[in-house]
Amino acid sequence: MAKIISKEEIANQTYSMYVHTPLIAKKCKPGQFVVIRLDEKGERIPLTIANFDRNEGNIRLVFQVVGKTTLKLSRYGVGKDISDITGPLGNPSEISNYGTVVMVGGGVGIAPIYPIARALKEVGNEVITILGARSKSLLIMEEDLASVSDELLISTDDGSKGKKGFVTDVLKELLDSGKNMARVWAIGPAIMMQFISELTVKYGVPTIVSLNSIMVDGTGMCGACRVNVGGETKFTCVDGPEFDGHKVDFKLLMERLSTYKREEKIALENYEKRIRASG
Amino acid sequence: MAKKIQLKKTPMKEQIPEERRKNFNEVPYGYTVEEAITEANRCLQCSPPLCVKGCPVNVDIPGFIKAIKERDFRCAINKIKLTNNLPAVCGRVCPQEEQCEKACTLGKIKGSEPVAIGRLERFAADWEAEHGVETPEIVDKKDGKVAVIGAGPAGLTAAADLAKFGYDVTVFEAFHKPGGVLVYGIPEFRLPKSIVEREVENIKKLGVKFEFNRVIGKIFTIDELMNEEGFDSVYIATGAGTPRFMNIPGENLIGVYSASELLTRTNLMKAYKFPEYDTPISIGQKVAVIGGGNVAMDSARTSLRLGAKEVYVVYRRSKTEMPARAEEVHHAEEEGIIFNFLTNPTRIFGDEKGRVKQMECIRMRLGEPDSSGRRRPIPIEGSEFKMDVDTVVIAIGQSSNKVLLQATPNLKLNTRGYIEADEVGKTSIEGVYAGGDIVTGAATVILAMGAGKTAARAIDEYIKKKKARKA
Ligand SMILES: Cc1cc2nc3c(=O)[nH]c(=O)nc-3n(C[C@H](O)[C@H](O)[C@H](O)COP(=O)(O)OP(=O)(O)OC[C@H]3O[C@@H](n4cnc5c(N)ncnc54)[C@H](O)[C@@H]3O)c2cc1C
Ligand SMILES: Cc1cc2nc3c(=O)[nH]c(=O)nc-3n(C[C@H](O)[C@H](O)[C@H](O)COP(=O)(O)OP(=O)(O)OC[C@H]3O[C@@H](n4cnc5c(N)ncnc54)[C@H](O)[C@@H]3O)c2cc1C
Ligand code: SF4
Ligand code: SF4
Ligand code: FES
Repeated sequence: MAKIISKEEIANQTYSMYVHTPLIAKKCKPGQFVVIRLDEKGERIPLTIANFDRNEGNIRLVFQVVGKTTLKLSRYGVGKDISDITGPLGNPSEISNYGTVVMVGGGVGIAPIYPIARALKEVGNEVITILGARSKSLLIMEEDLASVSDELLISTDDGSKGKKGFVTDVLKELLDSGKNMARVWAIGPAIMMQFISELTVKYGVPTIVSLNSIMVDGTGMCGACRVNVGGETKFTCVDGPEFDGHKVDFKLLMERLSTYKREEKIALENYEKRIRASG
Repeated sequence: MAKKIQLKKTPMKEQIPEERRKNFNEVPYGYTVEEAITEANRCLQCSPPLCVKGCPVNVDIPGFIKAIKERDFRCAINKIKLTNNLPAVCGRVCPQEEQCEKACTLGKIKGSEPVAIGRLERFAADWEAEHGVETPEIVDKKDGKVAVIGAGPAGLTAAADLAKFGYDVTVFEAFHKPGGVLVYGIPEFRLPKSIVEREVENIKKLGVKFEFNRVIGKIFTIDELMNEEGFDSVYIATGAGTPRFMNIPGENLIGVYSASELLTRTNLMKAYKFPEYDTPISIGQKVAVIGGGNVAMDSARTSLRLGAKEVYVVYRRSKTEMPARAEEVHHAEEEGIIFNFLTNPTRIFGDEKGRVKQMECIRMRLGEPDSSGRRRPIPIEGSEFKMDVDTVVIAIGQSSNKVLLQATPNLKLNTRGYIEADEVGKTSIEGVYAGGDIVTGAATVILAMGAGKTAARAIDEYIKKKKARKA
């Protein structure tokens, strides 16, 4: 059980919550995630650990409302308990002094970028961060990332903040500037990670992506999260979630993410009906 | 004049196939008191009783059957529980035809069936559930803390026995519920989850503590459990749950499930009650289940209940070599599952959206027996053919659960990737014991329980010695 300590809507339909789970807060490392189940009838869904406070025993979850479970969680108030929380799961990010690293976060993928960027900064990397969102109102955690980056660049699809365009455009300019980039981390929608990887492969810059496959257990026992990396089947939950972006079969990832489209819609609509009925 | 013996087992009533293929309720109803007594009367009370040798935990079979005959059901269940902590489970899922009942004298008489030991065990356990459980007294509290990793049959049994010995026992379980395969693998219609819950409640009454959502290897290492959390000994019972795939083209298409995923979604997450429960499952009209074991039978029968119109079991050998329990194959046949023997998939085809639409298979013939003693299947060249299916379930076996093993590099494994342990469960790390599927590879509930029992005794010895050394 984990109590919600704070809750904030940090962008339209995007929430940040601190939840009290001291053991996980004590053990987790950047790049890892938790699996939560809201109640007895709930689904198990993975969420990245977006920050942690080891002293207070809290971890931060940042999530976007996309379906029933995330909608339900967004309606939970401070003081309410999340029935089950398991973690930390997945392998931590490989933190080391690479030189100059570029962190690319898109949409809600900005959240998991933060602890990784901070850890990379702490060990001496020059950290350049690129944040992207559809528009200004959807941009999250700008200040958090500014505090751990040497340089912060922003792009919005509609040009309402920073450069008009995609994160790939900004990254391309950086790569073309001739400066040596040791590594790129890209976390966001699958399509964004795909385009970033396609770009960096041309420049020969190693690129790490964090995959968001559908999961059940998160411990290697079901294979729901399987992805194809370099021609081999891997389980995102135990072999990842971070992989070499140049080797990931993104088409397969996106196809598999659509497995339950029909069912997800039913679940969401039923739930929305119930919300409306109860006022 | 000698009383005429009833040659056949007293039948157990079941849901009829046409009904049960549409629901998840348990298939057999269990014996009534009169049926149980009729069946108990068939037992010859042999001396020595061969049946007991056939049972991996040596249940006092003639003893408990005699008590049933005498209508002393409390005595019957207590006799069983002396060596078997999960009688309601074993009575239902033990492969009795390979174990106790195979050894039964009555079964050796021409034309006669063995005593229905499993059904009687189930009867006694269900009787107790209805009439209240007597919690055994824990005689002397001992000084010592034991961590059990995994709440499957091996872990639950070890935990219960260690608690009875007087130890302070904590079970760490990765999932949000206890039971291991009993809750996420074996379907409701074979083993109602309320029975597992009941058995776990009894174990809790012994003072065993449970910590759910704790993946050991991630939240604690074994080293931390022993050196920081103050456990004197650790018992690893993490099972063999990693699904195996066939490595054929198309295996990651939408609509290809591992049996573990299909069963976990359905049993643990109750996807069959979607949308009342949130976890979805997407079973198509035509399902092919690959494999011939219990897991394949469970997957096929589950698919049927989830609404599939046609369910095929595709198995590369013939019916005789199938590792599944005879009773389950029979149930599957009755329910209308179609068996494609001597057939092996070679690739799966998808549509433009990446969803399964066809599977290509090749016909097989049987050659010489292989190392397992079963005749080896050999592909018949040029015999490929296609089946129209929209869902494929891979049920060709599991391997060891890796999270803990990867986090414990100093734990010695065998060549098959399971933990190396001696006959009492002792591993290469002092104070660390292991048992069940994580040592043997996928086996049976009763063998896992047997391992848990043996290890509990060994751990007791170990802690006693350790404390004596310190004193
Ligand atoms: C390792 C990992 C870390 C993640 N971290 C975060 C995070 O920090 N914040 C966050 O908002 N989300 C994160 N996700 C995604 C998150 O798990 C899904 O958004 C969530 O499961 C949706 O549940 P739902 O019931 O609300 O929606 P559903 O009804 O399950 O889905 C609604 C929509 O979301 C899509 N979807 C479903 N599952 C996923 C998924 N796993 N990833 C992406 N899209 C999905 C569906 O295609 C559908 O369009 C992470 C996923 C993984 C695997
Ligand atoms: C579908 C299916 C049907 C079967 N049918 C039968 C049958 O009819 N009869 C029969 O006798 N046998 C049957 N079996 C086999 C039997 O269920 C197993 O042999 C038995 O459950 C093994 O018990 P175990 O305790 O070793 O492991 P499991 O039952 O696998 O339990 C292991 C537990 O450990 C937990 N765990 C794993 N890793 C960690 C970790 N790192 N930290 C914490 N916890 C962890 C798991 O979540 C799980 O709860 C079947 C198996 C399956 C899959
Ligand atoms: S535990 Fe299993 S093998 Fe032993 S007597 Fe009971 S049913 Fe038979
Ligand atoms: S061998 Fe069969 S008949 Fe003999 S005691 Fe055992 S169950 Fe009874
Ligand atoms: S989520 Fe089940 S294996 Fe990864």
